[in-house]
Amino acid sequence: MNAATTTTSTTTITTVPTGRGGAASPRYSVRRALRVYRTEAWQELLKLVRIPIFAASTIALPLMFYVIFGTAFAGERAGGVGITTYMLVTYGAFGVIGAALFGFGVSVAVERGQGWMRLKRVAPMPPLAYFVAKVLMSLAVASVIVLGMSVLGALLGGVRLGLDQWVAVGLALVAGALPFSAMGLAFGYLVGPNSAPAVLNLVWLPMAFGSGLWIPIAELPHLVQSLAPFLPPYHFVQLALGTIGASEGGSPAAHAGAVLAFTVAFLLVAAWGFRRDEGRTYG
Amino acid sequence: MTDRPSETDVPGVVLAELRGASKTFGTGAATVHAVTGVDLAVRAGELVAVLGPNGAGKTTALSMMTGLSTPTGGTARLFGRDPRDLAARQRIGAMLQSSGVPDTLRVGELLTAFRGYYPAPMPFASVVEAAGLHGLEDRPFGRLSGGQQRRVLFGIALCGDPELVFVDEPTTGLDAEVRRALWATLRDLAGSGRGVVLTTHYLEEADALADRIVVLDRGRVIAEGSPSQVKSLVPGRRVRAESAVSAAEASRWPAVHRAVRDGSTLELLVSEAEPVVRELLARDRSVTGLTVTERSLEDAFLTLTNRTEEAA
Repeated sequence: MNAATTTTSTTTITTVPTGRGGAASPRYSVRRALRVYRTEAWQELLKLVRIPIFAASTIALPLMFYVIFGTAFAGERAGGVGITTYMLVTYGAFGVIGAALFGFGVSVAVERGQGWMRLKRVAPMPPLAYFVAKVLMSLAVASVIVLGMSVLGALLGGVRLGLDQWVAVGLALVAGALPFSAMGLAFGYLVGPNSAPAVLNLVWLPMAFGSGLWIPIAELPHLVQSLAPFLPPYHFVQLALGTIGASEGGSPAAHAGAVLAFTVAFLLVAAWGFRRDEGRTYG
Repeated sequence: MTDRPSETDVPGVVLAELRGASKTFGTGAATVHAVTGVDLAVRAGELVAVLGPNGAGKTTALSMMTGLSTPTGGTARLFGRDPRDLAARQRIGAMLQSSGVPDTLRVGELLTAFRGYYPAPMPFASVVEAAGLHGLEDRPFGRLSGGQQRRVLFGIALCGDPELVFVDEPTTGLDAEVRRALWATLRDLAGSGRGVVLTTHYLEEADALADRIVVLDRGRVIAEGSPSQVKSLVPGRRVRAESAVSAAEASRWPAVHRAVRDGSTLELLVSEAEPVVRELLARDRSVTGLTVTERSLEDAFLTLTNRTEEAA
């Protein structure tokens, strides 16, 4: 860049490119990478809190459902535990999965349409930072939902668990944000920016019902029960129910394997979509 | 017709380069050839305008140079590296079409975030000044006018203090005053030793700004050279007269690019008027209503791209 550095400008652009053929030291690069990850996470948080209606509906809806259905089935038992305990897990899963699907799926679809992804892709930003920030946000929203529901369950629903069970079920539910972020990401790449919320609702709400997130799986018609193992949320909620000994059956290893397989499949779809996006724009 | 400046005409090292680059989308009968065999080099301190009508492949060419897409044939290099290489992209800035920003993020936050991606960013105040963003730092992107949003995107392109700046149709939709301010900034960038690649479908813009114009049409380079070289390739004048001379005959005269008869009127598109008028008067003593008019650059440019269409 010798030719470049010998010239000077007299007007607004006063700085001159300073020949820097990748001379940055590795330590500096690591620090900068950390800063980029932090910036991405901060931007996700700003976007979330600046459209409070999205966060509010994502968090309030499952809590409201928990109260309504918990009241409707009051006094009954499911999976060998009280209904409010059982539904703490199923509606907790409903909230966590919904937040991951919509937080990821809709925002990725919209930001692809907006051209925000394109702008980031041309900048020297590791694409991973963008996705890690969204995963962190899904985990944060999931934590708020699980915490809120646990408080409701303990105070209003009479849910009584040992500390170890509270911790285990809480962690299991929040961890669900990870596989379903992958599912949301895949949807974000499959659907257009305008149709994303509608398509996700069409897929997600029947899937939630069929996986036994709204009504205990044992009370669903046999046909629905036999289809449940093909739905990712079914395996996840059975894993979470297992932490309080309320699983319908099937080995935890098999459920975990199914969740893992679904996750890998969704990540492959997302990776395919990421590459397909190359050079493509939306009007 | 390509009249390349020799290597010694343009100082500065090659920053970005397409060599025989092609890009196709889709397969089989649905294959779209966005660009075909494009050679394009950008040097330090040089402002290159990639000129062409909509759909000519300008954006695709830019996408390949910035690493947003990879050529299906030929090569794209950025600072001698693969353009997808982070180390290469740290040295460029790009203002692309169809890029946008979440409405809720504020201008200052955006500039800070993008400056954070680069090892030696341009000072915040310099970005604000160069992009004309004074007083907008605290405004959410969604509350800005269209022109202000374009300026923010331009500011984002400058955040990394880039050695090479890509601007894809930067002045589309801007009013005359803002456009001229942007032109001045782009000239400053090239004047300070940076490379600038501009795409436009206005010959006027390319003529006013560029050191070198590359004309793209249907994915191919159909002309390249200094603005005056490119302009000399296109018929800049229109000669009209009531004349008995046939269009077929007139089209064989030197300097005549196209001859058309409209009733009793003969219309000629010419690169030089005088020899054509002399020829016309010599062949036909009963010529009346002779007029010579200068064509707008846009008209002239349309002829250039149409001509290749006829040849194809």
